Amino acid sequence: MDSVALEVGRTLAPEAILFWILAPLAVAAALGMLFVKKAVHSALLLAWVMVTLAIFYIAQDALFLGIVQIIVYTGAVMMLFLFILMLVGVDSSDSLVETIRGQRSTAIVAAIGLSGLLLSLIGRANLGVEAVGLRDANSSGNVQGIARELFTNYVWAFEVVSALLITAALGAMVLAHSTSTKSRTAQRDQSIARFRGASIATAAGLPGSGVYALHNAVDVPALLPDGSPAPSSISATLDARGDMLSSKPFELEVKEVEED
Amino acid sequence: MTNAEIIATDPGWIILVKGLLIFIVCVVATLMSVWGERRLVARMQQRLGPNRVGPFGLIQSLADGVKLALKEDLIPKAADRIVFVLAPIISATTCFMSFAVIPLSGKVNLFGHETVMQLTDIPVGVLYVLAIASVGVYGIVLAGWSSGSTYPLLGGLRSSAQVISYEVAMGLSLVAVFIYAGSMSTAEIVEAQNQWWFCVTLFPSFVIYAISMVGETNRAPFDLAEAEGELVGGFHTEYSSLKFALFFLAEYVNIVAVSALATTLFLGGYHALPGLGFTESWLGGWFTVIWFLAKVVFFFFIFVWLRGTLPRLRYDQFMKFGWKVLIPFSLLWIMIVSTLRVLSQQGAPRSVLIGFSFGIVLLVLAGSSLFESSKKRRALEDALGEVPAPSFPVPAIPGKTNKNRAEQING
Repeated sequence: MDSVALEVGRTLAPEAILFWILAPLAVAAALGMLFVKKAVHSALLLAWVMVTLAIFYIAQDALFLGIVQIIVYTGAVMMLFLFILMLVGVDSSDSLVETIRGQRSTAIVAAIGLSGLLLSLIGRANLGVEAVGLRDANSSGNVQGIARELFTNYVWAFEVVSALLITAALGAMVLAHSTSTKSRTAQRDQSIARFRGASIATAAGLPGSGVYALHNAVDVPALLPDGSPAPSSISATLDARGDMLSSKPFELEVKEVEED
Repeated sequence: MTNAEIIATDPGWIILVKGLLIFIVCVVATLMSVWGERRLVARMQQRLGPNRVGPFGLIQSLADGVKLALKEDLIPKAADRIVFVLAPIISATTCFMSFAVIPLSGKVNLFGHETVMQLTDIPVGVLYVLAIASVGVYGIVLAGWSSGSTYPLLGGLRSSAQVISYEVAMGLSLVAVFIYAGSMSTAEIVEAQNQWWFCVTLFPSFVIYAISMVGETNRAPFDLAEAEGELVGGFHTEYSSLKFALFFLAEYVNIVAVSALATTLFLGGYHALPGLGFTESWLGGWFTVIWFLAKVVFFFFIFVWLRGTLPRLRYDQFMKFGWKVLIPFSLLWIMIVSTLRVLSQQGAPRSVLIGFSFGIVLLVLAGSSLFESSKKRRALEDALGEVPAPSFPVPAIPGKTNKNRAEQING
């Protein structure tokens, strides 16, 4: 890894090439994330920005950080985002109606504040200075170095953050949880109910819909052996919507044969 | 010299040749494994399987591939076109990437240059494989979403939930390997198994990894994302022609990839079976590739065997198994492994280690017998029936019907 060790200020050629290819792509994706209409496209572009950031980390000798960035942010966090967004459906775009009053003006003020903060921080960065202690920190391996820092100097902060995250997760679960007052009827209960019911005529399942020469869709009842139509062969939803047809017009006309 | 140092001396053209070789091995492995799977499953079902095209039907998958590529390429009207095309590309590219860190052989001579058949060796190699796998899920999820149809959407949702939860179990099963190998680099993990393979010393980790790798690749009995009885074809229902072929390719390359990782982490990688170490120098070192491939084929056989034997799990059973059995169990196992490791590093005498292990076994036995007896007691209580409701009005208790409640309210 020492061969890739970089000194800030004197960027090596491969890293510069990498930067000039990936940085415009990352910025374009970040801008695209703001301006595309569909939420899933935004999420995808954000995922791409995270991947490019990970590549930058790796190029800057932070191999572990880069890989973990992909696993945690691209793999887990963005995937959960997508998971929710997918339920929105493929052809719906976000509604642009403001539900919170003064949302826009507050957002503009906050954005100006944040960008001021970031600009002042970036403006104070020392460029052209050699990285202090990078080689030292990575002397026994990048992963080992991070592990030592996390579990010695920063163990308290580390534990506090994990406690905070667990509390948040538990809180979300408690808020979203609702105890049902009745137990749900499961497959087993339904099966028992079919056999313990008033009649076991339908124990093997309800009859299928009718099949006629002129019509074989699911909206026409089948005929029972005695010739009467069986509405139970039609889905209750169709019946409730009033989409159930009468089976009369599709029946075979039986000519009454007069007996002598 | 470690693998990383050997690889660092590779000239550019050797790297290109190695990349090409790995790609070819993956594609040929896919063709062979499709054929192998069909023949093996046929054997298990007392059929013959493909046996017409080429000797033993060997070129059958190639013929099928050509036919697949020549089919009409459909994009549904309701689909999101860009993402619909992007999804199979993501799936098919990511599945090849994890092979970059897998050591396929020991030291060999490639066109007069001494090297190892491994594209790169990074200190966090195994984490890299996990990262690539998590990007690969995007292919499936996006395919499900962009098709603009119900079954693919359900398949995509199922698969994302499935892969995320089984990736947790998989990651946890690897922790014990990291602790014992003292490294996350694939080459160093193989070297750490010189004496004992990790599938022996870390047997519980091996079992957890083996289960979660089947869950991770969406294969039977965990193929809920493409359950053909419920979801038609799951996430790839709307795909046809080459785009479908890319998903097909990705599935089989993924199987080979997780098998290769299992071989590297638990079965000693390219090393020979114990007692056959002399074979490693045969063919100028190239014989180690055969050992590696033999172990991968072994895992592939297990995959096919599972598919031929087990019915598909129900979705809730599957998630319950992942979150309530696999993950707690692996956390417990990591605690035990790290305690043992620290004890032995601190120079504890052998009697302490044996005593500790013995104590753990006793605890597990006691816990399981307690669990069994409480299960019996609960079954007994259920059999005795419900407690009669008190004479005063009480709120409904979740999960229990209160028979007197209606009477109490109505007076």
